[in-house]
Amino acid sequence: MLRVDVFKKLGDFTVEVKFTGEGRVTGLFGSSGAGKTSLVNMIAGLLKPDRGFIAVGNDVLDDTLAGIHVPPYRRRIGYVFQDARLFPHLSVSQNLNYGRRMNGVAYDHAHQDRVVDLLDIGKLLARRTGQLSGGERQRVALGRALLMQPRLLLLDEPLGSLDSARKAEILPYLIRLRDESGVPMVYVSHDPNELRRLAAQVVVIKRGRVAAFGDAESALADVTPQFAD
Amino acid sequence: MFDISPAEWTAVLLSLKVGLVATLVATPFGIAIAWLLARYHFWGKSVVDAAIYLPLVLPPVVTGYLLLLTFGRKGLIGGWLADHLGLVFAFRWTGAALACGIMSFPLLVRPIRLSIEAVDRRLEQAASTLGAAPWKVFLTVTLPLALPGVLAGMVLGFAKAIGEFGATITFVSNIPGETQTISAAIYTLTQVPDGDAAALRLVGVSIVISMIALVTSEWFARRATQRMHGT
Repeated sequence: MLRVDVFKKLGDFTVEVKFTGEGRVTGLFGSSGAGKTSLVNMIAGLLKPDRGFIAVGNDVLDDTLAGIHVPPYRRRIGYVFQDARLFPHLSVSQNLNYGRRMNGVAYDHAHQDRVVDLLDIGKLLARRTGQLSGGERQRVALGRALLMQPRLLLLDEPLGSLDSARKAEILPYLIRLRDESGVPMVYVSHDPNELRRLAAQVVVIKRGRVAAFGDAESALADVTPQFAD
Repeated sequence: MFDISPAEWTAVLLSLKVGLVATLVATPFGIAIAWLLARYHFWGKSVVDAAIYLPLVLPPVVTGYLLLLTFGRKGLIGGWLADHLGLVFAFRWTGAALACGIMSFPLLVRPIRLSIEAVDRRLEQAASTLGAAPWKVFLTVTLPLALPGVLAGMVLGFAKAIGEFGATITFVSNIPGETQTISAAIYTLTQVPDGDAAALRLVGVSIVISMIALVTSEWFARRATQRMHGT
């Protein structure tokens, strides 16, 4: 369960969002500039809310009244960025193992094999990141976030930089991930169709505020791709 | 012409030793300062920035004299170090290394600072979400990606240290076998009637050392740039 109730001022723009995500996948929907990434950065701990509260399960990650702000490296929240952000000086395999090494977790062969099979990246392990296609980069980024054994996975428009053919290539992996990994996810997108296929609940964000919240169909009922704003 | 005498070899090897020690000892400090200047805003930053570049603009003889006053046997720091740690700088090769390290520090710091500034902070954010504490982010992401700049700074610093003359001769004099580096030896040879041939030999040696240093740094930088692009 993810509980978020935050306020953050960013220049002239304010983000003020409150919701409780219960399902396996909570969708965040909104046009670009609506404040989705700021919100996700707050959940990851990269951005500190001015006021508010963030908790995953029973663990409080931010509570400004109690003076709690857990730094990102102690949150164990996997984050898949739109631009993948693979480490260019490391091989694919070293990228995948980075989170495990940083958290001092012993190498778990079975878990690694499961993730590598799930994402179909076994053939890429020895490659340098510069030799990967856009879709491959996103799959490796997903694997890297999963292998740190996160308690929550944040996906910030992971298909945003891909063309429609590549999107169709990755979407089945995301569905398998949802059904097989058992890790709760927050999925950010400005594509209602992606969210209808993936998310149980959707938070619709407009200009930093919650405009609608509920199950995917009803929250996205008023939204068509052309009129996303 | 190419028969380098034992005395000349002594000067060459001493220069290499002084240059290497100066560069290796100065590099960790250079990285720390470069990182502070690249990543933090703090009170008095412009003063620190200026102080580092001071040796580049001050007359070298001034730097050497200031070193003599502070790190000499009777100097505030030099006296303490000699009494407590047995570390003597005045008229020793260690003093030459200290002078070279300080004179070359601006050239060492600048490329490191620029390359740290060029590291994509979004990669550092990604590392922190993967569980890396700030010092681990620095060691596993920032520093490896800034490596071309670190190597360039080290080579530039080394080349400057090898060629340093004014501050060194002022601080530790020109003692053959102890503080007489290539530059000081060439200077001495130009002051004696038939020193031309020997001076030219040392000029040749210093050109060769500088060329090797530059080619090596280029090679490292190319490799590191390839790494940076993930190929």
